[in-house]
Amino acid sequence: MKITTTVNGEQRDSEVEPRLLLVHYLRDVLGLTGTNVGCDTSSCGACTVLLDGESVKSCTVLAAQADGSSITTIEGLAGPDRMHPVQEAFQEHHGLQCGYCTPGMVMAAVSLIEEVPDLDEAKVREGLEGNLCRCTGYHNIVKAVLAAAKTPARSAS
Amino acid sequence: MSILGNRVQRREDPKFLTTGGVYGDDLKIEGALWATFVRSTMAHARLTSLDVTEARNRPGVVAIYTGEDVDLPPVPAGLPGVPDVMARPVLAKGVVRFVGEAVAVVLTEERYQGEDAAESVFVDYEPLPAVVDPVSALTGDVLLFPEHGSNVAVPMNEPQAEDFFDGCEVVVRHRLINQRVAPCPLEVRSGAAMWEGDRVIQYASNQAPHGAKAAIAGLYGLEADRVRVIAPDVGGGFGAKIGLYVEDLILPWLAKAAGRPVHWTETRSESMLALGHGRAQVQDVAIGGSRDGKVEAYRLEVVQDAGAYPSLGSFLPALTRLMTSGTYDIPKVEFSAASMVTNTTPTVAYRGAGRPEATAAIERAMDLFAAEIGMDPAEVRKRNVVANDKFPFTTPTGTVYDIGDYGGAIDLALQASDYQALRAEQATRRSSGDTTQIGIGVSSYVEITNGAGPPGEYAKVEILPGGKARVYTGTSPHGQGHETAWTMLASEQLGIPMEDIEFVANDTDLVPEGGGTMGSRSLQSGGLAVHEASIALVDKAAKLAAELLEANADDVVLDKVGGRFHVAGTPAVGRSWAELAEAAGDDGDALVVAHSSSPAGPTFPFGAHVAVVEVDTDTGRVKLTRLVAVDDAGTIVNPLLAEGQRHGGLAQGAAQALMEEVRYDDDGNPVTSNLADYAMISATELPSFELVAMATPTPINALGAKGIGESGTIGSTPAVQSAVVDALAHLGVRHIDMPATPERVWRAVAAAQSTAAE
Repeated sequence: MKITTTVNGEQRDSEVEPRLLLVHYLRDVLGLTGTNVGCDTSSCGACTVLLDGESVKSCTVLAAQADGSSITTIEGLAGPDRMHPVQEAFQEHHGLQCGYCTPGMVMAAVSLIEEVPDLDEAKVREGLEGNLCRCTGYHNIVKAVLAAAKTPARSAS
Repeated sequence: MSILGNRVQRREDPKFLTTGGVYGDDLKIEGALWATFVRSTMAHARLTSLDVTEARNRPGVVAIYTGEDVDLPPVPAGLPGVPDVMARPVLAKGVVRFVGEAVAVVLTEERYQGEDAAESVFVDYEPLPAVVDPVSALTGDVLLFPEHGSNVAVPMNEPQAEDFFDGCEVVVRHRLINQRVAPCPLEVRSGAAMWEGDRVIQYASNQAPHGAKAAIAGLYGLEADRVRVIAPDVGGGFGAKIGLYVEDLILPWLAKAAGRPVHWTETRSESMLALGHGRAQVQDVAIGGSRDGKVEAYRLEVVQDAGAYPSLGSFLPALTRLMTSGTYDIPKVEFSAASMVTNTTPTVAYRGAGRPEATAAIERAMDLFAAEIGMDPAEVRKRNVVANDKFPFTTPTGTVYDIGDYGGAIDLALQASDYQALRAEQATRRSSGDTTQIGIGVSSYVEITNGAGPPGEYAKVEILPGGKARVYTGTSPHGQGHETAWTMLASEQLGIPMEDIEFVANDTDLVPEGGGTMGSRSLQSGGLAVHEASIALVDKAAKLAAELLEANADDVVLDKVGGRFHVAGTPAVGRSWAELAEAAGDDGDALVVAHSSSPAGPTFPFGAHVAVVEVDTDTGRVKLTRLVAVDDAGTIVNPLLAEGQRHGGLAQGAAQALMEEVRYDDDGNPVTSNLADYAMISATELPSFELVAMATPTPINALGAKGIGESGTIGSTPAVQSAVVDALAHLGVRHIDMPATPERVWRAVAAAQSTAAE
């Protein structure tokens, strides 16, 4: 079937199998491999992207369902040469190690900061419950998200 | 001013944060076929038939191979003492021995086609009785390898003295379960193989590319130079990606058979069955001593579950044995073990690998002993730790601890947690009968790092035209931040800014040898090699500079601020690295040093953790509210990175204590075979950690550095577990096995209450 999406600001017209998952559409059809797959039960959140501005686990959405939608992946958050305040905060606070959960974690954090005005530690932890990380123990991720939430440029996305 | 010891941000990060890493599945391999494995659904069965007729006709199928087709020899454990007969076939032949064992492999043009075709392979099994736990395996009623005559993969029985506990006023015995857990790196296994002429190029999500290269060369009978292994970005390993698995090892065979490159990525559900598991020990502890708190004798007997085919898991008791007596000066210590095969996923190394098991055993034993004599658990520990003036200290199991201040670490942890105030709060809650009780767990630990395999590591440092530098390392970073730390070490000696130092690792064609990254070895072996190679390179460059300056080499110094050599006292005339590189011209050896470090031995990081939990006595729910960690890894090169290692370790320890367990039913069917069923710890179950700095440099290496990768896990696991028990101690609870799930805790409370009512 034919779908039209806007991915990272660029219109894409594609012919896809009806069963194709959004994450595989992004990775295998469009070649945007920044978004990762960490599980097959929608548990880990590594594949989190923004679908019309809201975070979704792209393994839980069919590409067909994204027809007509706008999608932002890690590659499109700020572009290859600069960083969004959330990305900057992750580096500054060492919120990543192996990097595998990172794209999904960053996208989830961007969405969380947009959606919840008065984030505190408990709210960040609850908000990121669906994004698993094995390296950081979440400590520095929480720190980074709280720091990013306080930066004036929080609406940069 | 030295760059070492500073919180330098990672230079690895921008890539991961903007475009994402390039992991195995991200590789774009021209013309590659996808490999999909068909896996056993039975724990133990005869394979009576494999019907691939229908599957062959599915779209995109290029080939299907079974164990009968593949002419590779079985893969031996490669460990001392493991019987050859227990070697693992690349694809199962005749018998399957665990759910998830690969029985066939499908090659398709596209990934989705592989899953479709694999579902159309019909396998007939004739079920055999399964043995699922290692203690039952001891009976030998069910044998995985009948020709071996028992299920013992590695015996480690040492003579036991009958009078071992004579003279002890108190002896406490307990069976502890150090449960099987899943390493769960966020990236599952992935890889690819292709032939270039008679050379195989293999990509592997792996922690030790040079070990992988040797494994491929060995299995295929190839000269080493005909194998190239590249570890692309690797999304975590935690020990489970040290060795190659059969799914990796078959890829070159498939690529040869198909005449095309072959690409493979498992699903998480496959990974939960086929990536190795960790821990899996049944431990019988017995501890004896005096009523005034002196421990006089300690015995640990381990039954290790090796899983269906012995791998690194069967070797874990050897590491446990090294650390049997922990931080304590116990006159008499005995250890024995047996590694057993069972109809379960093979076990491997997992963060700590044998040492968390040792620490969990001795720490729980200390608490049981403390409870029996009615003494505070922190006090009992302090009365038994090795005194500071006894280092280097040789334990009764023959391990030589380098240096320590175990009592100091306990004191620091008690102060930082305000232990007395916590005990007072606990007393208040107990007296008020609050249904939310608090528990305080204390652990004291020491562990061995860089303790398995040769202690040294390879490095090469070279100056490039223009005066930049390049560092090569035999370690295999996959999240640890070696690129940042190693370039810091080189910059410190060379006086070349970090941003002008390139970093090369994880490719056996670019780095001639390496031990990889495991066992918290990297800084003290590989970082040390970079440090020493950089110093040697400066010496070499000084000689060249001396020639150019017509001076005595001994008089030439390096001004590290500007990266410039000059005669001491006359800085106006000198030579920069760029000028030296130009002068060296075509002499390729002039400004290159390749060097293998040779540290004197392993090192022994130590520390103490205090965990605080709230336990709901009505529901059994546990909330970890605080985790205070003193971790002494000696000299710290980059505190940002070291803290990150500690955080991750703490989380994995807490996860084992409270939540995570790989479980099987009685027939060997896994019941935790994906991330919806397996309770991998998330942000909501953890607090922010309270880290306390302590640094006792080791005399073992020139950096003074000990390993930090696994300390967090080793210390936190028993601290958190003991905190849960402590919360219920006033009810008479002495022990709760891990993971301390609400059900287990609730049952412990109920049992204690019914005992009290009798």
